[in-house]
Amino acid sequence: MTIRTEPVTINLGPQHPSTHGVFRLRVTLDGEVVLDVEPVLGYLHRGSEKLAETRSYVQVVTLTDRLDYTASMSNNLAYVRAVEKLAGIEVPERAQYIRVISAELQRIASHLMATGFLLNDLGAFATPLMYCFRERERILDLFEMLCGARITLSYMRPGGVFQDAPEDFWPALGFFLKDMPGYIDDLEGLITDNEIVLARTRDVGTLSAEMAINDSITGPILRASSVQWDLRRADPYEVYDRLEFDIPIGSVGDNFDRYLVRIQEMRQSVRIVEQCIRDIPDGPIRADTEYFMRPPEGDAYAAVEGPKGELGFYLVSDGGIAPYRCKIRAPSFINLTSLRDMVVGWKMGDLITTFGSIDVVMGEVDR
Amino acid sequence: MYGFGLIKGLGVTMKNMLLPSRMFTLHQYPNRKIGLLGLAKKAGTNVFSYTAKQPVMAAKAVVGLAEVEDREPLHGRFRGEEFTWYEDRCTGCASCAKLCPLGIIKIVTHPSGGDMEEGEKYAIDVFDIDIGRCMFCGLCVEACPYDAIHMGSGFEEGKYRRDELVVTVDRLRSAPKHPSNWFRPQLESKRYQPDGAQEAASGEVGRHEQPSLHDQEERWGKR
Repeated sequence: MTIRTEPVTINLGPQHPSTHGVFRLRVTLDGEVVLDVEPVLGYLHRGSEKLAETRSYVQVVTLTDRLDYTASMSNNLAYVRAVEKLAGIEVPERAQYIRVISAELQRIASHLMATGFLLNDLGAFATPLMYCFRERERILDLFEMLCGARITLSYMRPGGVFQDAPEDFWPALGFFLKDMPGYIDDLEGLITDNEIVLARTRDVGTLSAEMAINDSITGPILRASSVQWDLRRADPYEVYDRLEFDIPIGSVGDNFDRYLVRIQEMRQSVRIVEQCIRDIPDGPIRADTEYFMRPPEGDAYAAVEGPKGELGFYLVSDGGIAPYRCKIRAPSFINLTSLRDMVVGWKMGDLITTFGSIDVVMGEVDR
Repeated sequence: MYGFGLIKGLGVTMKNMLLPSRMFTLHQYPNRKIGLLGLAKKAGTNVFSYTAKQPVMAAKAVVGLAEVEDREPLHGRFRGEEFTWYEDRCTGCASCAKLCPLGIIKIVTHPSGGDMEEGEKYAIDVFDIDIGRCMFCGLCVEACPYDAIHMGSGFEEGKYRRDELVVTVDRLRSAPKHPSNWFRPQLESKRYQPDGAQEAASGEVGRHEQPSLHDQEERWGKR
């Protein structure tokens, strides 16, 4: 006697603990094997792009905090760079250094969260995450000194940053940079050689370099697929052309490579911040800009290498006080499109791990 | 060797458990349990004289019932929830309401008839800030040309009803003045601590006295 089997379609989410937010995956399964996945988006849609059209250029900075809420600094940086390009504002050098320092700190914080939640998805519930959050907490304390908030920072303004760093910020940053390599060693000691992690992540969810380029993937996922592409090096903004840093790349593009690339990027970020502290000049931190600025008619696109990938803002001005159009190129959203290529043919448990290794933040995907 | 990675990971765990510099610190909030030794240290005496002076508290501490209020110190720039407002500095120009991204500041004024030379100073009838919708970006504080409105220093404004979350002008007038250092370098240079007991007087929170007519023309009139 033969037993008839058929594929089963199930819903993963929108309120599932492994989906990193309100996100739904329609998964077609043959037993344990994934045949097809279809992401269902829009549960966290707030219309940030449309809201930006009704706010002045300075006010939109507060909206960008809420896109990728684990990396607000990078969002601020990408947006204010687009405005500066549109209005032709020259940024003082000290402000550029402070921006680079804060953006790199934010990259460390975001990668720590990505690593912690990847381990969470692997089933190591909360303990490795707490290690990651211990270090992230110190970064958030630094941000609190810098700009008075921990998550929704609103630190940068078109033309610079809102205020210079307080004097107790620099020693605190020095202590943090001294401790951080040891913390990363801790994390690597916990995870990198762990046989269970290796068995679950190595050669799972591979993405070839051609496929990654075809899907216009950016960020650590692209670099894990052994493509050396980093906007900080390819199209240097702020002061990145004066700083020395390496671009870590992976070999095969599996989940483990993505984890390793993030760990190495954290080490490079520490290096960048150390150089910035060494080189930072004195001077003004904000160009003289108006609060209700009216950039000339035209458009501008500016992109930065955020923690998740290329984060770009495309602004169109009609000469008024609000942007005529604000398009956000969200890296999480575009990286998510590669999920299907990664997971088809793998087991259901590998789907969760692969999804965790992409490091999506739903606030940015749905905007 | 298989299993070596697991042992290495356990070594990291042990290191973090035993090394004092790596220890996880858990802060119970808002009240923290405290032992007899800690209580005596807090009072500035040794255990025996504390027990002689406060036998009840000492007995409680021994059985683990003594609690002490202990807050994590916030940085002076922390953008707190309740706003601090100085009525004598405010002219009712509504710059804050204009720059607020959400439009939650409501100001109603009438001409007071005074200060004609330096531009009319208006009397404030209504100054409502709906902090139920506020996102504490601090743009209103940045906008204020007279340094009249400041962010607060607290973060415990939980209420049962939404209309209790509206900060009215009466509450702004009567609230203790603990302004945050956010966008106020003049407070930061004085090392003012918002969460301390000391209130900031109206004279010391400003960058300057009221701007003169010439200043105003320089700063705003030419734009």
